[in-house]
Amino acid sequence: MTAREPMAMPSGLALCKHCGLLSKLMTTHETSYCLRCGNELSFRRHEAIQRTWAFIIAAAICYIPANILPVMTSITLTGAEDDTILDGVVMLYATGSWPLALIVLIASVMIPMSKLFALAYLLVTVQRRSLKSNRERVQLYRIVEFIGRWSMLDVFVISFTVALVQMKPLMAAQPQTGIVFFAAVVVLTLFAAQSFDPRLIWDSANSMENRNE
Amino acid sequence: MPDNPVACPDCDLLQHIPLLPSRGKALCCRCGKVLAINKPGGNERTLALAIGAAIVFVIANAFPLMGISAAGREVDTTIIGGAWAMWQEGNQLTAALVGLCAVVAPAGYIMVTMVVLVAARRYPSVPSWVGELLHWTKLAQEWAMAEVMMLGILVALIKIADLATVVIGLGMFAAGTLIALLAAMAINFDPEEIWTHVQWTDDGARLLANSTQTIDYQEAKK
Repeated sequence: MTAREPMAMPSGLALCKHCGLLSKLMTTHETSYCLRCGNELSFRRHEAIQRTWAFIIAAAICYIPANILPVMTSITLTGAEDDTILDGVVMLYATGSWPLALIVLIASVMIPMSKLFALAYLLVTVQRRSLKSNRERVQLYRIVEFIGRWSMLDVFVISFTVALVQMKPLMAAQPQTGIVFFAAVVVLTLFAAQSFDPRLIWDSANSMENRNE
Repeated sequence: MPDNPVACPDCDLLQHIPLLPSRGKALCCRCGKVLAINKPGGNERTLALAIGAAIVFVIANAFPLMGISAAGREVDTTIIGGAWAMWQEGNQLTAALVGLCAVVAPAGYIMVTMVVLVAARRYPSVPSWVGELLHWTKLAQEWAMAEVMMLGILVALIKIADLATVVIGLGMFAAGTLIALLAAMAINFDPEEIWTHVQWTDDGARLLANSTQTIDYQEAKK
């Protein structure tokens, strides 16, 4: 990191998270408000590291029942069958639509897990004040932000399957507890990504610079 | 305007945005974040698209997406039907989430965007409540997941296609059109242009008088 890359926080400037106005923020006063939109100003997102960790840990805990518990029961004339998320993927693969099986596998299993690992990696490197590959880490964060919503896929799949397959006693589909945990994982990882502040990645370079001066 | 420094929201680097040509983009020189896009007439187009999206949204929700028939019986569902089925089966939390992402957030996004754009035509001084609503458009956009819902419906259809005959309804075509219109709205919408005309808060003026904050760059230019 070369010196003389002026950043807003060391210059006492804060970007309003609502309207994007750059204002001087006085640290001597308890709270400052944006002059344009009246919202509270801060240099970084509030308690970004702690909040992101909290959401990640909560999501990781929910991830286990989300994958172990059945998400749906299919009732046919021959009997009832409980399906987990992975069973759904296997079923799609077995019926010959492997591209769809792959999409569901990526959206439901791989995206939530890689989001958790990616955010944990970002947090650990920020906390260890890493100076390496800042640009790549910001890009990783942008990918996490962008793909997060696609994990909602399976929640919609189950909802519409349940809505359509209602022909008792011929066949029926019922949602099971697993889907609640799965939905919780999706929402918690979305919150985790929103809580993190990518500017923290660049702060360690700045504090190193100050130390050397 | 080009003289005011901006801070990159992703890396906090202070930099100046040059005058952009039409459809021109300014990227952060350190992290590559898009800092500004010049969209001449973008908000006019967004308003037109939003009116179209509102009409298509009503059609998409009023008509069945699809139906299945097996052994002489038929069942069909609308968009809200997906959330309703979840609710009835005792899964209220998931039902609420599906309802939010499939119906409430897209509807809110279209409606609030329309209100903002109509109010912003009271150029040059836009009332400050428009700024508050701009925040809501951002929030609604984050939770509107029409495109994810569409893919979910397709996966559900292929799963069911083995068990029963599937009939595609008018709602499905409308939902497809809605996704295209929502994407076009997001591309054309230019909240920055509206913010530059929003009236500053009374609070801001009072704080300025009490000198809690020094005059910032934007104010100094006026």
